[in-house]
Amino acid sequence: MKKKRSVMHSIAAAPHIFWAILFIILPLIIVIYYAFTDDTGAFSFENILSLGEYVPIFVLSLELSVIATFVCLLIGYPLAYIMAKAKPEHQKIYVMLLMLPMWTNLLIRTYSIMALLDDGGIINSILGTTMHIVGTKGAVIFGMVYDFLPYMVLPIYTCISKIDKHMWEAASDLGCSTVQVITKVIFPLSMSGVISGVTMVLVPSISTFYISQKLGGGTFELIGDTIERQFVTGALNVGAAISLVMMILILISLGVMNKFSDSEEGGIIV
Amino acid sequence: MKKHLSHAYLFLVFGILYIPILTLILFSFNSANSTASFEGFSLRWYIELFNSPDAFEALRNSLILATLSSLIATVIGTAAAEGIYKMRSKLSKAAVTSVTNIPMMNPDIVTGMSMMLFFVAVAGILSLDYEDIGFAAMLISHVTFGLPYVILSVLPRINELGDSLSEAALDLGCTPFQAFFKVKLPNIMPGVISGMIMAFTMSLDDFVISYFVGSSNFQTLPLLIYSMTKKKVTPDMYALSTLIVITIFVMLVISNVKSSKRINAKPGGKKR
Repeated sequence: MKKKRSVMHSIAAAPHIFWAILFIILPLIIVIYYAFTDDTGAFSFENILSLGEYVPIFVLSLELSVIATFVCLLIGYPLAYIMAKAKPEHQKIYVMLLMLPMWTNLLIRTYSIMALLDDGGIINSILGTTMHIVGTKGAVIFGMVYDFLPYMVLPIYTCISKIDKHMWEAASDLGCSTVQVITKVIFPLSMSGVISGVTMVLVPSISTFYISQKLGGGTFELIGDTIERQFVTGALNVGAAISLVMMILILISLGVMNKFSDSEEGGIIV
Repeated sequence: MKKHLSHAYLFLVFGILYIPILTLILFSFNSANSTASFEGFSLRWYIELFNSPDAFEALRNSLILATLSSLIATVIGTAAAEGIYKMRSKLSKAAVTSVTNIPMMNPDIVTGMSMMLFFVAVAGILSLDYEDIGFAAMLISHVTFGLPYVILSVLPRINELGDSLSEAALDLGCTPFQAFFKVKLPNIMPGVISGMIMAFTMSLDDFVISYFVGSSNFQTLPLLIYSMTKKKVTPDMYALSTLIVITIFVMLVISNVKSSKRINAKPGGKKR
């Protein structure tokens, strides 16, 4: 009996392990292979060495996405806090209101902002102005904030609403002001939500190419655009090299961030 | 005072979140061929959309892909969650879960790039055109990024349930398979279903990975939207987006009403 059970259980995960090796690990190995070879398939460091010219693009992507993430946190934290303190039946409605834009396709959301901000767009035609917004860094940052704000709010909200109500009472009984309760008790306890919110905003912002294409108006390029351009023009080796570097940097920073959060709590929200 | 302030804040943020979507919906009913000034109400763009075969084909493709990929991901992922739960060594548990999570942690663009290079290589080895394996490539990639969501929603349920129920079933004469399908599976069903829904929506919504992996003969809805927004935009794209937003809204409302009914029906039931 014991034997039979262990056989069944060892085969339960087998299809998945097989799938993961074949379709997750192997493709990543191929990326590494492409990054270190040239068009003919010969080993070369050329792609990696050519990455120097993309450093300014990478820095710009990092700059815009870090600003966007920070703005999301500034706007999102109070929102999550207010939601978590609201009446339960109101909370449900707020969560739904956040989910609707989140489940609406990113292309549609980005496109809807472009329709508002464009030179001949709705804002300009209502105000009768000729403001040039699309094509500025501000527009791209606004797009990132708009598109990814729900990803910041939901994990923080989940985290705050799980905090034991007695914590709030204890803190205020012991003489904390409301501000102190938030900064000294609630914020530290919601840290794992903040960290997963930050990653869920930072990773898609830094690698986006649609937002910068539409709202950047083709005036500047982010690292996602660079990869996409290599893909369109068929320069796959360089594209693979940039992808590889981006992946390594992101996995390292995720690893560092996870060190600061309490492992599984609040990792993924549904 | 404080109450008013927080209400004002909620109103402001949700207002900003919704203004673009609402204007988009408004302009889908514009009678003029303009995305900037509203001339009058008409259903012209909806009629145009319904007359375009591309939109229907893309919708059908998206639904087929999302259904198939979420089903496959649910079967493999549920079995995997059970297998991971039973693994004795912590190391192999950690190894399997972290590999599984790679597509979730990695930027989509990197996953898309790696998948595309992989399928180019596969097509080369089989000496086929990329178009010939286009659908398979798309299906495999969608299953791959759906899997972590299934495992992440099933595994906590299995952990919560523990071993005692299935051990009782085994002691009462069930085979291991019966114990799993008759006892364990019904108990973890909510996790399995929410994992499947997640995988389904992720697949329906995905643009970046499909853009890299896809081939010209299999267009999904997001890919169609992308190609529509590349050209000069006409309000028929707004009409399509409006229909999508309304569908999602209806689905959200239905699922919310259902879940609140369920909670009301069983006062002792667990709230999620």
